[in-house]
Amino acid sequence: MSARSEILARVRAALADNPAVHRVPREYRQHSRDAGTAELVEMFGERLAEYTARVHRAAPEHSPAGITAEVLRARGARSAVVARGLPARWRPTTASITLVDDAGLDIDELDHTDAAVTGCAVAIAETGTLVLDAGADQGRRAISLIPDHHVCVVRTDQIVGTVAEALAALDPLRPLTFVSGPSATSDIELDRVEGVHGPRHLDVIVTPVEC
Amino acid sequence: MSTAFLGMPELPGGHGNLRGAQEFPHAARQALGNRQLRDNLAHATGAIRAKRSAVVDEVPDWEELRAAGSAVKADTLARLPDLLEQLESAVQARGGVVHWARDAEEANRIVTELAAQRDAREVVKVKSMATQEIGLDAALDAAGITATETDLAELIVQLDDDRPSHILVPAIHRNRREIAEIFAEHMRDDQGRPLTDPGDDPAALTEAARRYLREKFLRTPVAISGANFAVAETGTLCVVESEGNGRMCLTLPDTLITVMGIEKVVPTWRDLEIFLQLLPRSSTGERMNPYTSMWSGVHGEGGTPDGPREFHLVLLDNGRTRALSDEVGRQALHCIRCSACLNVCPVYSRTGGHAYGSTYPGPIGAILSPLLTGMDAGDTNASLPFASTLCGACYDVCPVKIDIPSVLVHLRGQATRSGHRTERTTMRLLAWLMSSAGRFTAAQRLMRLGRFGARNGRFRRLPPPLSGWTDHRDLPAPPRRTFRQWWAARRHRDGGGTR
Ligand code: SF4
Repeated sequence: MSARSEILARVRAALADNPAVHRVPREYRQHSRDAGTAELVEMFGERLAEYTARVHRAAPEHSPAGITAEVLRARGARSAVVARGLPARWRPTTASITLVDDAGLDIDELDHTDAAVTGCAVAIAETGTLVLDAGADQGRRAISLIPDHHVCVVRTDQIVGTVAEALAALDPLRPLTFVSGPSATSDIELDRVEGVHGPRHLDVIVTPVEC
Repeated sequence: MSTAFLGMPELPGGHGNLRGAQEFPHAARQALGNRQLRDNLAHATGAIRAKRSAVVDEVPDWEELRAAGSAVKADTLARLPDLLEQLESAVQARGGVVHWARDAEEANRIVTELAAQRDAREVVKVKSMATQEIGLDAALDAAGITATETDLAELIVQLDDDRPSHILVPAIHRNRREIAEIFAEHMRDDQGRPLTDPGDDPAALTEAARRYLREKFLRTPVAISGANFAVAETGTLCVVESEGNGRMCLTLPDTLITVMGIEKVVPTWRDLEIFLQLLPRSSTGERMNPYTSMWSGVHGEGGTPDGPREFHLVLLDNGRTRALSDEVGRQALHCIRCSACLNVCPVYSRTGGHAYGSTYPGPIGAILSPLLTGMDAGDTNASLPFASTLCGACYDVCPVKIDIPSVLVHLRGQATRSGHRTERTTMRLLAWLMSSAGRFTAAQRLMRLGRFGARNGRFRRLPPPLSGWTDHRDLPAPPRRTFRQWWAARRHRDGGGTR
């Protein structure tokens, strides 16, 4: 008998008592407030900042590109990789930063790039989480992983309240990365140390919908 | 060993790192003698407990989430054959290859062959309980393939040739000074030179680990992971982590091999909304862990792959069907490995994880290990159901509501029937005594006479046949007066009324 049929036969034998199938009670909160309300935006910023990510609010009169350039410079980045679909209004245009469009850069090229600028698919206020789904404004997963500084632009209408609302907005068939702060470890005496293998620095720029 | 019902042949138990060489009481006695270990554990479990309470208390619907999580797991087990087949087709439809492994040896063989066929001399690993359970690193090593653990704590344990002692923080038994010594002694660059001594500051030690592992992430062609969840309807695999070592392993190598226990499947995508709330808060005490990765088969558009080009999923039994056949015990398969029950356990927080002998320590280990392996006569795992005070703290914190105390009692009954002989004799004697008030009172009188044999109020050894009991534990000497005598005297003094 193949391992597959044997294991399935064992499972059926183990369930010979026919345990009842129960309906799952989903009485937990599904919905909080409408996406993008001021309260949610506020909560998202606070909670993400608790993980020591830096959160920047772009006022309607500011161009997100200007803030992107500023946060890159503040961390000393001189090069940044972006997906080809990153909107022009988010792209820093300053001579001091070389912007590289990802056309299949190899691992070494990414390793020699200081930063990555991406959008996101959805953000969760209650947990201070960004979710990337390899959309056109984000690109493949390696981009936001190998460079040591990740700058992520979030539109306020992408900010939902609960984890349930975020999953409802996502496509499970895409590669998904949930990011809640920079990489961290507490493996030595439970002391939290930020910056292990993922990007050591995370800057999040929250921009109004029209940007 | 009795199984759930008569007439069914017993399902085979699991192999690998599921039992220790010694019974729990002997192993625990050694651990209790190690002052440093007890200090490290008390500090670490205390810190995690406080963090967990803070982020659990702020969730208004925590009990509703627990109820839902528990129900999803019960529903999953009841429909397991269909869900496994559904998961298999969904993964295959998205370009993944599915393998089935009856036990540890078969899983190790599958993974080793896959790595060898790709000429891998080295593989990188994401922390995974399943691969620890089956002893995969040793199997790869025997085939000439070096497996590098990339989770910081797992790396510490691996460099020191030690064993993990906690589900979440495998090096919880080590303090910073000990870790600095381990790094100084064992961390070598690719030329075999020691990496410069990083001192004992956690940030410097973490930086040393980053440098040590970075090249491996960027160059190693094969990665091996476990999985926290797998969604049957979509074929989506999910790994929850903190350091980014998971993202590195799941994204950069050409080939990804995931080893997953068959109980980790969940029916629908929506079910993850429950577990992604329950797990991080119960485990690290965070609202959300830094990184969670999800993938369904292989990804990439227009010729540029996003992540591995090849994905293999190994579905592992290794005793899980045996555990499933136990109607009371099967709830142990609900476990999402958060480790909350370890941190609140008065036994674990003093003995640490090694005393349990198995990959799975603490209260969950005390039920899961014997359920996976069985408890034939002489099995050290037959001592595990007794490694508890039945205080119930584990049940209160468990995010999927596993009634660990009830399963412990149930397994004590099985261990007793199957040959933990002294317990059997003792329990029978107690049952006989307690079934008659007269016998019980007489026995208590006898025991008080026995006080003369005690030292500091405790018996270290009783004469046979009761020596079997004190081999494993001290026995408090009986008090001068029994509760009944005290109560009778008190009632007499207070005028005899009852309230
Ligand atoms: S038994 Fe419950 S509390 Fe313990 S590790 Fe498993 S899920 Fe967590």
